[in-house]
Amino acid sequence: MTVQTDRPPIRDPKGKPKGNLSRKTSFRLFNRALSFLAIATALLLWFLVTNLGLVDPLFFPSPQSVWAAFVTIVQNGYKGRSLLAHIGSSMWRLLIAFTMALGLAVPLGLASGYFKPVRAVLDPFIEFYRPLPPLAYYTLLVIWLGIEDASKVALLFLAGFAPLYIAMVSGVQRVPRDRINAALSLGSSQWQVFTQIVFPSCLPELFIGLRTALGFMYTTLVAAEMVAAVSGIGWMVLDASKFLRSDIIFVGILIMGVIAIILDLGLRWLQARYLPWVGKE
Amino acid sequence: MTRPPVINVSETRASQTSAEDVLIDLTDIELAYDVTGRAPFLALQDINLTLNTGDFVCAIGPSGCGKTSLLRVLAGYETPTYGSVSVDGRPHTKPDAEVGVVFQQPNLFPWMTIEKNVDFGPRMKGVDAHQRRQRVSRFLEMVSLIEAAKKLPHQLSGGMKQRAAIARALAADPKVILMDEPFGALDAFTRESMQMSLHNIWKKTNKTIFFITHDVEEALLLSTRVILMYANPGRIVENIKNPFSKKLAETSPTELRVSKDFIEMREYLVRRIKESGEY
Repeated sequence: MTVQTDRPPIRDPKGKPKGNLSRKTSFRLFNRALSFLAIATALLLWFLVTNLGLVDPLFFPSPQSVWAAFVTIVQNGYKGRSLLAHIGSSMWRLLIAFTMALGLAVPLGLASGYFKPVRAVLDPFIEFYRPLPPLAYYTLLVIWLGIEDASKVALLFLAGFAPLYIAMVSGVQRVPRDRINAALSLGSSQWQVFTQIVFPSCLPELFIGLRTALGFMYTTLVAAEMVAAVSGIGWMVLDASKFLRSDIIFVGILIMGVIAIILDLGLRWLQARYLPWVGKE
Repeated sequence: MTRPPVINVSETRASQTSAEDVLIDLTDIELAYDVTGRAPFLALQDINLTLNTGDFVCAIGPSGCGKTSLLRVLAGYETPTYGSVSVDGRPHTKPDAEVGVVFQQPNLFPWMTIEKNVDFGPRMKGVDAHQRRQRVSRFLEMVSLIEAAKKLPHQLSGGMKQRAAIARALAADPKVILMDEPFGALDAFTRESMQMSLHNIWKKTNKTIFFITHDVEEALLLSTRVILMYANPGRIVENIKNPFSKKLAETSPTELRVSKDFIEMREYLVRRIKESGEY
């Protein structure tokens, strides 16, 4: 029997945790407690170091002043826009680019994995641009598409496309030959094999690709907003740095980190929800 | 030369059957692989074999003797370099629903529930929904998996998964089912119960089965005919009508295993496999 490990403990009808799982669960609880303890210690150190006047608050603001800056930004916004508007415009760029990358990389990746000639045509270009630092060609994109959203979306799209495409190609190539044979021997046509077997078989790889792509796009997004922007959470941080508002910089960085964690958790939740079989074949 | 077996094997050798009930016909099959710098490797040579409707043929032999190659040719996964395969009088060159396959690993589609896996063949064939439901529950019941219908494959034990794979193959209604050591990865107890349930399924459905095993006992318990293969080149050296095939109805496998005739036959086949020098 397979024991599910990445789930909350299975409880029997009486509500007691099952024996062999309770140890695993308590182990996990212990590790989680350790994480919280570490965070709490870091916060405490931060509080002590800043409040005892060991560092210049201009460079390293205290937790209280960061919190105060956060409250102010939430209430009054930053430079004419509310905090949610800044976050929203960042997320909007991310969403558009992500959707475009997904919509294009999945079919192209599948086609490349399945038909060698398609891959032969696409691979040289993708292999060329993939290792380039996005900011290197960002300047070109800004010249072509302007300082508004279009250039950023294009940049993010390029950042996300390559990992997704590569994940799909390797997903197709990793479909077990006998899985395809089994489907053929059950009467599938080639097209049915493609849609019913190859595509779902690639979903685990796609999710890995999604997480990688989202990570790339997110870092690129913040960088892009720092170079040329008038809104967004990345821009807020850069703008604050011009006025040495390190409290606001801290707020921005913390918000970015939290958003990144939430996005990744969201993808992981989707995977656990829709692909519970991954890694347990 | 070997001593002749205690029971007269030549008498039990499969006699040529009339053409009407021949289901599978393999003629002069040769399967050669190119080896760089050497003579091509002959996985199969001069294979002539017929399977009649309702046959349960077990292929045994030392590893590398071409049992699996033969199955893959039958399934249409490999194209023989020479010779032809016909199923029900028509040439069979590509995998299709006429020839079902159960692999050594269950090979279920991991994202589909057991029910959906079993339903896959009928769905691909475009059977209407009502009939599909009936077929799925019939075969799930046959392999005692009704309870697991809504589960995903990873939630099942090895034996249950293999039973699901058998139900999936049956539901596609093939003319013949090929099985490549389907119980090889199972523990001894599960294996024995699987053998019995396969025997019952075979009797109930009257399917033609081609079954690969390295277990001589398993071959003698289940088959109507045993073919023995040798390697280099892969060829059939014995094609024996199994005298025990019908006895499983009146005798338990445990009794059968210790009967004198059974032991003699088993020892004979084991010796023949050892003689190949590659056991």
